[in-house]
Amino acid sequence: MSTTTLSPPRAARRWRKPSVLPGFGLTFGFTLGWLSLIVLIPIAAIFLKAAGMGWSHFLEVGFSSRALSAYRLSFGTAAAAGLVNAVFGLLVAWVLVRYVFPGKAIISALVDLPFALPTAVAGIALTALYAPNGWVGQFLDPLGIKVAFTPLGITIALVFIGLPFVVRSVEPVLADLGKDVEEAAATLGATRSQTFLRVIFPAIAPALLTGFAMAFARGVGEYGSVIFISGNMPGKTEIAPLLIVTQLEQYAYEGATAIAVVMMLVSFTILLGINAVQAAGRKRMGA
Amino acid sequence: MKLRATTEGRLTQFALIAIALAFLGFFLLLPLVAVFSEALKQGAGAFIAAIETPDAWAAIKLTLMIAAISVPLNVVFGIAASWAITKFSFPGKSLLITLIDLPFSVSPVVSGLIFVLLFGANGLFGAWLQAHDLKIIFAVPGIVLATVFITFPFVARELIPLMMEQGKDDEEAALSLGANGWQTFWHVTLPNIRWGLLYGVLLCNARAMGEFGAVSVVSGHIRGETNTMPLHVEILYNEYDFVGAFAVASLLACLALVTLVAKSVLEWRFDLHSGASH
Repeated sequence: MSTTTLSPPRAARRWRKPSVLPGFGLTFGFTLGWLSLIVLIPIAAIFLKAAGMGWSHFLEVGFSSRALSAYRLSFGTAAAAGLVNAVFGLLVAWVLVRYVFPGKAIISALVDLPFALPTAVAGIALTALYAPNGWVGQFLDPLGIKVAFTPLGITIALVFIGLPFVVRSVEPVLADLGKDVEEAAATLGATRSQTFLRVIFPAIAPALLTGFAMAFARGVGEYGSVIFISGNMPGKTEIAPLLIVTQLEQYAYEGATAIAVVMMLVSFTILLGINAVQAAGRKRMGA
Repeated sequence: MKLRATTEGRLTQFALIAIALAFLGFFLLLPLVAVFSEALKQGAGAFIAAIETPDAWAAIKLTLMIAAISVPLNVVFGIAASWAITKFSFPGKSLLITLIDLPFSVSPVVSGLIFVLLFGANGLFGAWLQAHDLKIIFAVPGIVLATVFITFPFVARELIPLMMEQGKDDEEAALSLGANGWQTFWHVTLPNIRWGLLYGVLLCNARAMGEFGAVSVVSGHIRGETNTMPLHVEILYNEYDFVGAFAVASLLACLALVTLVAKSVLEWRFDLHSGASH
């Protein structure tokens, strides 16, 4: 804590560049302390708990047949919903960026609804719509299409939750894309669809992939909007987050921990993947 | 000729807009309409009666209290983190940003679970807490902890890019003119970032009030005590009190609509997130 201005501590000087602005110690210290207290230590504790279980017991409860079918359901429906969102999210972003139509500002605001609407509210609303006697369900039921209490219902809930991730990640890239490259392509004789596939799509693909990955990661962990519409039958419509809650309610802490750790490892891998894609994209743009 | 080659024909445009609107209408607007319609199914009287129950009131008050505690904590952290990250250069910065974003990639249920494992009856500190007659899990402190965890990145995430873009010239000028650190912050930095800060607060507040999964794991669902509004919606729904469930849900939907409107106004007026949509 020596405050002689002539010779600042050498280690600190080497670690960060000197700056005339004050408050680094206070803000950095608080940031690191609060981050550790709220996020890092609690997350470390769950990994510690998992490590204490022993490898064979961890595999036994973390990959039981019930857990495996929950993972399959969670990852499968999240991937399906992510794909639907990749297609329609791109379309929505395209329409919002490129075209002019009345009510566009309201439509654009509506896209963020899933971020703002509490998940439990979305959950009961979707269930009311898709139940066999619901607004939409009553038309699908006679056709033999069951939505509520099936994986299809879970997918619909995840489409709702994931849409803004794709739209908001593609939109800025699409807007920044200069018209000049398209004009060049057209001048060189490309048709509109060729221009889209060979010029526009490659430029927005990293953003689209990021949006898909974010929607997917959110979908895998989603709970509130899904549990009402899913029916929660073990082995059939029981998603992984629900299985964690069920295990907790039965005081099976080790089972809950193992499943949570498996899910977190997958999420973190996805997060690292997103960062790698973004870094590669930045490199390409910079080069 | 050139025009046709760099945009789509009228008919294609019309078709694409129609498909996009139909998709949004079906997947986003319809559920929103369903909430209000189900809430008012048996008239305004039933709606008001459902909201006026003591349990509903307790849930509303608890939800407001949780937000009133966790949003300011988030603001203080967000400002401190973005000051350290954007005004100084040090190695490991991107790792720090990644760690701040970590709660976004953790399932809400897992976010609740980690606190149960720490502070629950069988948790790491469970015995100690019990010996000192302290309750965190199945009590309000646990709900606050889970909410703070879930909303952790919200304000920092808004402020970091904004302050990065603004640089530190203004602050350096203020300091060279004799202002001290706090004066510089209050009179220079804060006015520069206030709208971005408000934007972050809006999103943080919406999530804090609406969080379900994490809070559901730590709350214990004690009516009138640890029941937040989203949890109350679930309880009523599971008791087949659909009007009650949708009535409380419609209040949360109103919160979402207010958030969306305020957010759009901020984006439009102050050019925040200057996407393409305007």
